[in-house]
Amino acid sequence: MLRYIAKRMVFAIPTLFAVSIVAFIIIQLPPGDYLTTLMADWASQGGAVEAGTVAAMRERYGLDQPIYVQYFKWIAGILTRGDFGISFELGKPVTELIWNRLGFSLLLSLLTLCFVWAIAIPIGILSAVRQYSISDYAATFLAFFFLAVPDFLMALSAMYVMSAWFGQSVGGLFSPDYVDAPWSLGKLADFAQHVWLPVVVIGLGSLAALVRIMRANLLDELSKPYVTTARAKGMSELELLLRYPVRLALNPLISTLGWILPAVISGEIIVSVVMSLPTTGPLLLRALLAQDMYLAGSLILLISVLTIIGTLISDILLAITDPRIRLQ
Amino acid sequence: MTDITSLPPETTTSLDLHGRDMAVAGQWRLFWLKFKKHKIALLSLVVILFMYLVAAFADFIAPLDPNATNARFTYAPPQSLSLFRDGSFEPHVNQLKMTLNTESMRREFTPDPAKPLSVSFFVPAQQPYDLLGVIPMRTKLFGLTNPKPGDSLYVFGADRLGRDIFSRVVHGAKISLSIGLVGVFISLILGVTIGGISGFFGGWVDLAIQRLIELLRSIPTIPLWMGFAAAIPVGWPPLRTYFVITLIVSLIGWTSLAREVRGKFLSLRNEDFVIAARLDGMSEIGIIFHHLVPSFISHIIATLTLAIPSMILAETALSFLGIGLQPPIISWGVLLQEAQNIRAVAQAPWLLFTPAAAIVISVLALNFLGDGLRDAADPYESVS
Repeated sequence: MLRYIAKRMVFAIPTLFAVSIVAFIIIQLPPGDYLTTLMADWASQGGAVEAGTVAAMRERYGLDQPIYVQYFKWIAGILTRGDFGISFELGKPVTELIWNRLGFSLLLSLLTLCFVWAIAIPIGILSAVRQYSISDYAATFLAFFFLAVPDFLMALSAMYVMSAWFGQSVGGLFSPDYVDAPWSLGKLADFAQHVWLPVVVIGLGSLAALVRIMRANLLDELSKPYVTTARAKGMSELELLLRYPVRLALNPLISTLGWILPAVISGEIIVSVVMSLPTTGPLLLRALLAQDMYLAGSLILLISVLTIIGTLISDILLAITDPRIRLQ
Repeated sequence: MTDITSLPPETTTSLDLHGRDMAVAGQWRLFWLKFKKHKIALLSLVVILFMYLVAAFADFIAPLDPNATNARFTYAPPQSLSLFRDGSFEPHVNQLKMTLNTESMRREFTPDPAKPLSVSFFVPAQQPYDLLGVIPMRTKLFGLTNPKPGDSLYVFGADRLGRDIFSRVVHGAKISLSIGLVGVFISLILGVTIGGISGFFGGWVDLAIQRLIELLRSIPTIPLWMGFAAAIPVGWPPLRTYFVITLIVSLIGWTSLAREVRGKFLSLRNEDFVIAARLDGMSEIGIIFHHLVPSFISHIIATLTLAIPSMILAETALSFLGIGLQPPIISWGVLLQEAQNIRAVAQAPWLLFTPAAAIVISVLALNFLGDGLRDAADPYESVS
């Protein structure tokens, strides 16, 4: 088991390296380097730029050196000092800006995953056991429908329905009173009141996909001989169902975490923009629109790294639940 | 595959004529027979063909110029089209009466049943245009019979600048639907080439390509696309932006196709008919194009169809965020930019729901179609 985990972790290293290169390319894409933008910015504010400062910064980020040296300096800064560079638009180090928002992104994604799983498994089982019933058709149709509605449309429609029909203002994760308040039971309750809508909106697309997968997996299992044997031996239908086929059908579902997680994080980003949640989404969009590339690149890097770690955890989970994987 | 061919002779004779037909039917005939049973997929095929026709003949179908502004009718609500008046067939809309709400300082429009505006088919166009870019035309599919200044025909309402949403959605179909096709074409080339190389050569080439695909699939797509799309200079000509966005969007799309092709190559490489062909002295290239490709081409078509909707959704999301296509290009995502905040949506819900309906219907239909095609690509499964 430990060997398997170690192997998976070693495999993740090239992926992490490749992701960092992609993030670095994105930082380098806009024309001109970081300092030209920064100086233009300072000059537009009427500030005089001292030649010494510029030279010092050029040295610090290695901007006068070949591209691979720049990459090395950038990644070394992140790994050794946790230095992600400076957001020139906001005039602060990137690290000051992102951790809080990244935390909320992670929390929102985790809540969404829990919601998706808690709902998808029972519906998938019901759909498979009652194949071709009205509830099966309804579940299938809804699954296709929610797969076809983009996240942000769902968010906008949900907000429209909430405000036009229920007279509730939506957006944000807290009421104005609680935004800066320290955590308390009241704040937690307020958070719960706000968070369910984004969680449902982000989750519906993945939920639909998971229901389909759960249904297909279980249908495969239900037609296998061991089910007939158990039934012939007089096992009760519910016990039989939950004890063998459902457990087997759950395994492939765990492996779907590998792509559900990127989808949920993508959805979280775009839904956050629409619903103005204090997560990475709005910050990333603003950074990209302002070409604040160190901030944007760091966000993309961290989001991707989190996804890769999530996928790694799902691989390990799968190995724990399914011994066959470990032995391969 | 073996379900039918390996049946013992006595059961073969007990099969009905239809079954025996199945046993000797060609690949495409089986494909069609299976596909035909999937009624929703069949209906979706019709819907999709209809939508692409609308996109192709957008100039003819849209009653108004999609870029024509009209300050008089900002945020005009949809005018419902009635077919009958006083019991006789006379398509018309009611003229909009504008009043200024002094409390909210907004214009409010109410339809005035006393002033019907007659609508008819094949009305002369205000400006001549070229249908499909080549056929000079002076007729529109429908429009006001005698348009006078102050009359309006907003079937799905008007936007902030008084532009006709219906005409804009119809014109948006050109970009939004074609991005899926162009993107899928790029994915097809990338996916078949890379997947084919991976499956055919195997070994370390296969390993490297599989790692690359895993990498691309493990990165959340939206931030990645956002990063690349945001780097497109604002001053670029629309056509170039369009192609770069298509490229970015198909960056991920090819991976599923490559996997499909690789999987098929691996599983078919040692099938009896391939070994037989190899023993007969057929060249590897000949085997690939004569035996392998025809046997999985239906799977490729199904995977491609399923890839189109995700590309449409990607373009829509990027344009909606303001980093994909930009006005004056009209796409469904660009139209949704107008509905970006909840205030605009609350004031004029049609800004959101008209393009949204177009997106959802086309994506839904493409998904159903792809699903039907995928089922049909395995014609022997659950036939008996």
